[in-house]
Amino acid sequence: MSSLVSDKPKAEPARTYDGPPDYRVVGQHGMYPHLSHDEISRFNFLAHMNRHLSTQIMPGVKEAFDARVEPKFAAANGRGFKDRHEVRKALLKDSLFQWWSALRRATMETRQQAGRWVTLRQADQLNAKAKALTEHDQRLKLNPDLPLPRYVEAIDHHCMPGSYHTELTDGDVTGPCNYDIGIFATTGGMLGRYNDGGGQAIAAWVKETLPDLKPKRILDIGAGLGHNVLPIAQAFPDAEVVAIDVGAPMLRYGLARAKTMGVDNISFVQGDVSDLSDLADESFDMIHSCMFLHETSYASMPKIFAETHRLLKPGGIVFHVEQPQYTPEMPLFEQAMRDWDAFYNNEPFWTKMHEVDLDSWMVSAGFARDKLMHSGVAAVVDPDVFPQAAKDTKQEDYGRKAAWHVVGAVK
Amino acid sequence: MSKIDPLALAGAKSKGKRPYFLETDVERLTNIVLVLAQELAVVRERTDTLERLLEQSGVLTRQEIETFTPTKQQADERGAWTQEYLARVFRVLQQEREALHTQEASSEEVADELAKV
Ligand SMILES: C[S@@+](CC[C@H](N)C(=O)[O-])C[C@H]1O[C@@H](n2cnc3c(N)ncnc32)[C@H](O)[C@@H]1O
Repeated sequence: MSSLVSDKPKAEPARTYDGPPDYRVVGQHGMYPHLSHDEISRFNFLAHMNRHLSTQIMPGVKEAFDARVEPKFAAANGRGFKDRHEVRKALLKDSLFQWWSALRRATMETRQQAGRWVTLRQADQLNAKAKALTEHDQRLKLNPDLPLPRYVEAIDHHCMPGSYHTELTDGDVTGPCNYDIGIFATTGGMLGRYNDGGGQAIAAWVKETLPDLKPKRILDIGAGLGHNVLPIAQAFPDAEVVAIDVGAPMLRYGLARAKTMGVDNISFVQGDVSDLSDLADESFDMIHSCMFLHETSYASMPKIFAETHRLLKPGGIVFHVEQPQYTPEMPLFEQAMRDWDAFYNNEPFWTKMHEVDLDSWMVSAGFARDKLMHSGVAAVVDPDVFPQAAKDTKQEDYGRKAAWHVVGAVK
Repeated sequence: MSKIDPLALAGAKSKGKRPYFLETDVERLTNIVLVLAQELAVVRERTDTLERLLEQSGVLTRQEIETFTPTKQQADERGAWTQEYLARVFRVLQQEREALHTQEASSEEVADELAKV
């Protein structure tokens, strides 16, 4: 034996591991694509990359801000920052912010490529599977003539090529499938096995806040592929749930996915939620959106709020789950960091939506001010497998943190 | 054959003008390096799987890997591989150095010269 090699007993690990779990804990529902060993390793790497960026590099951005960005601005202007845009523009000149941003953007693009490779190489099988599961199923209601809102068409949200609506071929579901399988990488596993930590938190919040609510009909607006509506449908198994989205591939994949997970009380309906005239007045007991409003527009928001008011039964509840609004109490640095996704991850309306007074918008739509409600929810995930979002103090990923605000009203 | 070509489409651009934070070429290179780092992690994880499976099936132990000492012959072979590898990676610098000592015409100049009658 070489003298370099020690025969000491095996060393204790140098540190206790605290990081994302292996990708294989992600829940394999029936629409899950096949992932090879290397494809899984790519997602593992990307989850770590995102966590590294948020826990190791991003804190440096705050340090650089305090140490040089803010003092430099004050020296040059003889005053502090007026608003978050000034902060962001000053940060853009700082090399640590530049490097963090360049790597964050690169990681997002790399994640898209990694996921698209997986789904596109087996597109025919995935599309055939979705077809077999959804064909002739009355719960999938598509409307190929529905015009796409400008805010969906203008830019591919979160750098997801083709966004929520593009179909590469008839019956395509590769877009939503890519979205689904890569969330683990973007969030470092913070949203749980089925990426439904948000929906689970919402379901628990509703039960706690309104223990007597027995909704017969539930409407999810901008439901996407249904990640977060599934736990709600499961929490209210006797309710009829309607999940609406503009993107046909999302809905097709959503129904197929839900069926393979044994959730059967959701219809997936293609529609623009700023005009739901097909649905009767006062026909829902509960209407909600999850991470949806920030991908709309000022022109459509009042229409959306008005529709929720019209569709809600008296005594029913409406609520929207979003990242917190930019209030005067929120430091400008935090606001600027939260704006990152708006400007650099193709979420343009994020910055605009987060500055409005949602309460007034709700009141203008007809809800009584004294019936408004505000709360907060944090992702519920299996603590044996996933680092628990609410307790993970190390990860301040600003707009991507797995904790949200709820603003709602009882009619 | 599927109509969808994953090689062409996986890396498609998302709609919306791309921001750059660094000098564009530096940022392009950063993107390339990130993917190489990813692929290195992929290979590393695969090797790790291999080692663990081999250990599980009793073919070898990871202790044997850790304590492996190449013979002189094996070490020479590995050293040679590393030298070739580095020579490939740093070709551009080698050529830069060679160019220091030469005065050469460009292809364009040679072409002009060859076109003279
Ligand atoms: C960020 S996703 C949120 C998805 C889902 N609620 C969740 O929790 O994961 C936003 C979704 O809203 C949809 N959307 C945007 N504008 C819409 C509109 N006017 N009507 C219906 N859906 C819309 C998009 O197609 C997209 O699927």
